[in-house]
Amino acid sequence: MALLEVNNLDVRFAVRGGDLKALRKISFSLDKGERLGLVGESGAGKSVAAFSILNLIARPGYIAGGEILFEGKNLAAMSDRELRRIRGNRIAMIFQDPMMTLNPVLTIGTQMIEALKAHRRIGTRAARQIALDRLKQVQIPSPDKRLDQYPHELSGGMRQRVIIAIALLLDPEIIIADEPTTALDVTIQAEIMALLLELCEQHNVALMLITHDLGVVSQVTQNMLVMYAGRIIEQGPTKEIINDAQHPYTQGLINALPQMGEPGRRLYQIPGAMPSLNRIPTGCPFHPRCQFATDLCKQEMPEYVTSGNVDVACHEVRKLIEEEQQQREMTS
Amino acid sequence: MNAPAQPLVKIRDLEKRFDLSGNFLEQLRFRNGRFTRQQEFVHAINGVNLEVRKGEALCVVGESGCGKSTVARTVMGLLSPSGGEIHYDGQRIDDLDGKTVLPYRRKMQMIFQNPYASLNPRMTIQQTLEEPIRFHHPDWNRQTVRDKVHEVMHSVGIDPDWGKRFGHEFSGGQRQRIAIARALAVDPEFIVADEPISALDVSIQAQVLNLMMDAQEDRGLTYLFITHDLAVVEHFGTRVAVMYLGTVCELADTRTLFDSPRHPYTQALLSAIPRLEDDRPNHIRLHGEVSTPVNLPSGCVFHGRCPYANERCRTEVPQLIATDGGAQVACHAVEEGRL
Repeated sequence: MALLEVNNLDVRFAVRGGDLKALRKISFSLDKGERLGLVGESGAGKSVAAFSILNLIARPGYIAGGEILFEGKNLAAMSDRELRRIRGNRIAMIFQDPMMTLNPVLTIGTQMIEALKAHRRIGTRAARQIALDRLKQVQIPSPDKRLDQYPHELSGGMRQRVIIAIALLLDPEIIIADEPTTALDVTIQAEIMALLLELCEQHNVALMLITHDLGVVSQVTQNMLVMYAGRIIEQGPTKEIINDAQHPYTQGLINALPQMGEPGRRLYQIPGAMPSLNRIPTGCPFHPRCQFATDLCKQEMPEYVTSGNVDVACHEVRKLIEEEQQQREMTS
Repeated sequence: MNAPAQPLVKIRDLEKRFDLSGNFLEQLRFRNGRFTRQQEFVHAINGVNLEVRKGEALCVVGESGCGKSTVARTVMGLLSPSGGEIHYDGQRIDDLDGKTVLPYRRKMQMIFQNPYASLNPRMTIQQTLEEPIRFHHPDWNRQTVRDKVHEVMHSVGIDPDWGKRFGHEFSGGQRQRIAIARALAVDPEFIVADEPISALDVSIQAQVLNLMMDAQEDRGLTYLFITHDLAVVEHFGTRVAVMYLGTVCELADTRTLFDSPRHPYTQALLSAIPRLEDDRPNHIRLHGEVSTPVNLPSGCVFHGRCPYANERCRTEVPQLIATDGGAQVACHAVEEGRL
């Protein structure tokens, strides 16, 4: 059994004039110690997916269907009280902006000790010792001093290290990291990513990494999901998808990267932009931007087909696979 | 290839300091029974020399706080330099008064990072695009102005019929196209682009970058392109200047820089780009924090994080020196042949 299993998750936002479908029938699973990348552009629903796992969707958003199984128990149906035992304790989160997650009027130490005491019966002195150990693990210089400092006294990279230390505080099984390095500079970003990776391996923690950066995903994760307009359109082993993407959108995303083009030449570009949630086209949500779109794509939402180890939601890919199969049958 | 090209813009010994200490009374400190006056500065740029050649795209890269945006703004005259000179086509422009600088303002245009903030929310697109044309060509009649707006909108791929709409009705990518159209409307020769694609999504970045390359080809533009994204630089730039804490540490042709980076900071920066091809990043890990531009370190600004730093690096400021590879590098270790 997978550690986390999400089945047909539907998340909606109730607004005037009807519901906006932010996530439509999302399914994926995460094993112990696995590193999973969640890729998409802004508005694809990747952060909503991350937040809904811990039921952190605020009104007017709500989970309209599907289940989120963590060790077999459905998080979507749990009471707040039961959930509180899991949030931060068994499943931890890391957000993009460390200044938004740390309380500016409490010292680093107070915040770490508070988290420990909320989940465990532990004395202040013992909690402080654990906090100190974690700060050492994330390689913060003079951790003793840092415990008594306020967040504004630390640099951006240091703050994100503190956040990682807090996420690891209670030995969680899963860390969900929502664009953990986007707000940081390139050299600092590389350091923090390497650190996060190292610690996850050391503690055998599963990592769900949400990012728009395909380079980071290809370096860090074993499996990945590509999202578009609230749907997962492609999922499978990261290497297979990066080397041989099936869905036209994934192909476009990879080919549009400047490092894929020849210097000085025009880059490959996907025409148009991601639709907003109140104007999602019928059929395949990508069809208005897709060069292969047919009438079928305009009318019918594609189901998943499997190609190699990769699941793809695309009518054209299905056609190609079926044609290949027929040819194979003919020859044999 | 690079010898005959004329420098269009010359930046000479540019310095920019920002005063942090406020007015005279706020500067007074009472210490040991005496009043003293204390001033604190942010040293954003410390002696930068750059030449932008006609027809090229000179990219300035660096991490936040290195002074790259300040260079862009000072060149455009949005900030006045604390020291040094800026020349455009042989003429010094940083000391000109409001009226004499006007023709240069038309020739030099700027594109900003955030297209949500750089378009006036209370003006229609038509008004936004007409304003600079009317200002710089007061003698043009209505129809000529309208035709010009029509032409630039068409050239950036925005339907001219959308002129009556407001900025908020467009997506981020479309807004950046409009911002580019506004810069192109007065037929500039030189465009300063300050992180023009950083706020955009991946698939939209490619669209805007293509548009900027097309415009360069069609109109013979010269770019000063400010960015932190090295993958974009590799694709777009003719030459690259790498900045760290207000100084240029390496200046080279794009190919040369990416094939054989010389400065230890450039090497670390290049190795930190997450790439699709390799599995495990083989990057050089820098230790330590970026120093603040308020208390600049003595000697080489990079010595605190540099694995090759020695006593000379801690005391003496390195100058940009040409190397055999064609690059200019400001590093004692490279100069001494230690690296």
